[in-house]
Amino acid sequence: KLEGVVKSSYTVSDKATPYKDVTTYNNFYEFGVDKEDPAVNAKNFRTSPWTISVEGDVAKPRKFDISEILKIAPLEERIYRHRCVEAWSMVVPWIGIPLNALLKLVEPTAKAKYVAFQSLYDPRQMPKAGALDFPYMEGLRLDEAMHPLTMLTVGLYGEVLPNQNGAPLRLTVPWKYGFKGIKSINRIRLVGSQPSTSWNTMAAREYGFYSNVNPNVDHPRWSQAKERRIGEFFKRDTLMFNGYGDQVAGLYSGLDLKKNY
Amino acid sequence: MKRILSSRWVKPVVFLAALAPLLLLVWQFFHDGLGANPLQFITHATGDWTLRFLVFTLAVTPLRKLLNLPDLIRFRRMLGLYAFFYGCLHLMTYLWFDKFFDWADIVKDIAKRPYITIGTLGLVLMIPLAITSTVGWIRRMGGKRWQMLHRLTYVSIVAGVIHYYWLVKLDVSRPLFYGGLTAILLLYRVAVWFMKSRARRVPAPVAA
Repeated sequence: KLEGVVKSSYTVSDKATPYKDVTTYNNFYEFGVDKEDPAVNAKNFRTSPWTISVEGDVAKPRKFDISEILKIAPLEERIYRHRCVEAWSMVVPWIGIPLNALLKLVEPTAKAKYVAFQSLYDPRQMPKAGALDFPYMEGLRLDEAMHPLTMLTVGLYGEVLPNQNGAPLRLTVPWKYGFKGIKSINRIRLVGSQPSTSWNTMAAREYGFYSNVNPNVDHPRWSQAKERRIGEFFKRDTLMFNGYGDQVAGLYSGLDLKKNY
Repeated sequence: MKRILSSRWVKPVVFLAALAPLLLLVWQFFHDGLGANPLQFITHATGDWTLRFLVFTLAVTPLRKLLNLPDLIRFRRMLGLYAFFYGCLHLMTYLWFDKFFDWADIVKDIAKRPYITIGTLGLVLMIPLAITSTVGWIRRMGGKRWQMLHRLTYVSIVAGVIHYYWLVKLDVSRPLFYGGLTAILLLYRVAVWFMKSRARRVPAPVAA
């Protein structure tokens, strides 16, 4: 249970997906490639002690203990839509802080243009890890990372983040496909050029660096126009930027989103 | 073993066993056992069973010969029809739960997405095989021609494996597993054909 959580206005009115579904239907390849695997295989994952190193093009690089992260800013509950690149979606009451609160503390220098994230990879604790090259890596442009919607997440449904959802610290970027939301982060690096990211490295044609939710740009093998909201029978139309266009479309003005998928 | 295979009871037992995956799905459906995304679960399960029954069907001939169990042939038609049956259920989940019978969209999907094109091909090729699976049709067509037609099963299983391979996001281990089984089953036939044709070419030793 997380204390002192304030409700945020960054909340959608969609009905939240049941806790059971949010915590048993996960893509977390470090703990197996099936959706049911992480809930089983991450059960004994050790999330304490945990430090996050924030480094690179910053004036004040430093290591944070996870307990310090919780104190950087008031913990907020935000109900976000979550759209997976596999054309299913959920609605999740996350708890966390804006990523920009952390980044401001370390003071990015003028050279910093991107933020590179890395997950912990411990083969002894993750014997079922498969398909990808680990450690898992993700990245954002600095302006995307500083956007108020971009969240460092430590909990859901009022509780500490379950291991299968990326404990103790994950990224939540609601207008991008779910795989951008890197889990179990232990390293954040500010860099000058676009960092390499895991899915993009494996299949660049299928998983772009931006990976903004976009019903008009299909995955090469399947359509992204519709999605199945977990718990619903009929499919719904996928919304541009997952419905967050009012807040984030400005980040991409002048950018060809078909080319920069 | 031979006694069991030729008994009257074994056919209904195999029939029910082959129906069990469907019964299990129905039971799980009513007992919240299909996970967070039931429709995807059903799609995957019916697809898996289609491939499995194709493997079982194609395994009949090699196993008969290698284990010297000729009675296994009694089950080949049933296994093949079950492959078709699960294939039809698989197609239904796609047409209904995925596309909600939006035919314009379905046609576009089949044309545009290679994994759907080849999956559809694999299933469509099974239609004439299901129709001509009766004794009457074997007689009407003649054994040779019937056998030729039913070699389409080889195309169907290869199409099924490619369909699976092309649709997984990244982890190809399961499609490769079915691909391996398919390769063994088809290589067996190539080997048999090769040995037969060699036996035909090499003249029989002349009696002295």
